[in-house]
Amino acid sequence: MGLDFSVVPKYLDIILLGCAYTVGITVAAAVLSFFGGIVFAVIALYAPWIIRQPFRLVAWMFMGTPLLLQLFLIYFGLVQVGIDLPAVVAGIIGLGLHFAVYNSELIQTAILSVDKGQMEAARTLGLSRGEALRKVVIPQAVRDVIPPISNNMIALLKDSALVSVIGVSELTLSAQRVIGKTYRPFEFYLLAAAFYYVINLGMEWVQRKIERRISMSR
Amino acid sequence: MTDEKSFVEIRHAQKAFGSLEVLKDISLSVAQGQIVGIIGSSGSGKSTLLRAINDLDPLTGGEVWLDGVQVNQKLPHRQYEKHINQMRQQVGMVFQHFNLFPHMTARENVKMAPMMLKGLSQEEANALAEEQLDHVGLLERIDYYPSQLSGGQKQRVAIARALAMKPKLMLFDEATSALDPELVEEVNQVMRKLAEQHMTMIIVTHEMDFAASVCDRVLFMDQGVVVEEGPPAILFTNPTQPRTREFLRKHLEGAK
Repeated sequence: MGLDFSVVPKYLDIILLGCAYTVGITVAAAVLSFFGGIVFAVIALYAPWIIRQPFRLVAWMFMGTPLLLQLFLIYFGLVQVGIDLPAVVAGIIGLGLHFAVYNSELIQTAILSVDKGQMEAARTLGLSRGEALRKVVIPQAVRDVIPPISNNMIALLKDSALVSVIGVSELTLSAQRVIGKTYRPFEFYLLAAAFYYVINLGMEWVQRKIERRISMSR
Repeated sequence: MTDEKSFVEIRHAQKAFGSLEVLKDISLSVAQGQIVGIIGSSGSGKSTLLRAINDLDPLTGGEVWLDGVQVNQKLPHRQYEKHINQMRQQVGMVFQHFNLFPHMTARENVKMAPMMLKGLSQEEANALAEEQLDHVGLLERIDYYPSQLSGGQKQRVAIARALAMKPKLMLFDEATSALDPELVEEVNQVMRKLAEQHMTMIIVTHEMDFAASVCDRVLFMDQGVVVEEGPPAILFTNPTQPRTREFLRKHLEGAK
């Protein structure tokens, strides 16, 4: 049979739509995981015991169980308590929270490694601890974790294929559907792989741009 | 207040880490406009005393008063936080390692606190930053990041940042100790200028010449107590205590 890419153009629109879903879900989940990571880190480090302990349990759940299970829980499980989320939203929340917990670990370490003198200088000017964290410590911590967080975001992109199990026609599922019609698995899986690669390149480009912007202010 | 003229008043300051006493019953009173130098070897407690004044290192006993208000008064946590933030706005502090905010330009370093805490508008804050950085001779570096400045320039920005809050009192914690020798003078000049403007200052320093030329009074601290104090002309040339003499002799040898 051999490889024959001549069937590709006919189904390209389906693949491209899947691509758009993958990009959209990834970007939305990445943003959620970034800001969620900051919030989680602050809770883990500074919240009173009564908030910190239950939060730890939730964080452990997100780190210690498969993402697949978490997606099932959010999409199928929550319906039972009356929360019926659209699959895309459930996917974004699942991916976002899952990676927020990972990002939070990185951000916590970074916050703790910001020089103590920074907090002192801010407090000396009269800022409260919260104000000092927000304006002085966290911005510096976040700068330090851009590279490792970027790695997490690449992992997030790859794991976004998992939301296909709750029926979101993202890139991988779109490829599968086209293959169901054409019986051309090799061509369309390769095509999907190529698209993932291109999205990857785009993410690396964004990362470099952010890093260049902050390289001055170290 | 025991003394009408006293602007900063430290009464029976004590600080202990477990059984280690860092400050042993220190009392000190500083009049408005006065410049007090604190000298002593490392571990003598001089930095701890300075940092107790704005409660950065809380005392375990004793009181600190600034302009008629007790700094370290006992209050419930939330009220105390509010109170101490209020007090700290009135006390500028300059650190040995500058502690500039590296993610902000010189301008942003200077204007952040006044904007957040005094509600200055962008324009007002910018004008203030320009004025303060001009004051320390760094107007042309206003939009530089700390990483683009020399140590002396960083310290001058740090002084401008503290002055932008219009403090009543300035604390200097070995402000020139981390600088290359050739950069010390530019920072000293800024401090001299402040002295001329009658800013009340407490200066922890290793530089005896500078202390002698600027301070109205110098304290020598050793092992958590003030061993001797007096006008620099007397303390440096004719100390009465053997420990002071010993310290000054060693310091002179070290300088050679």
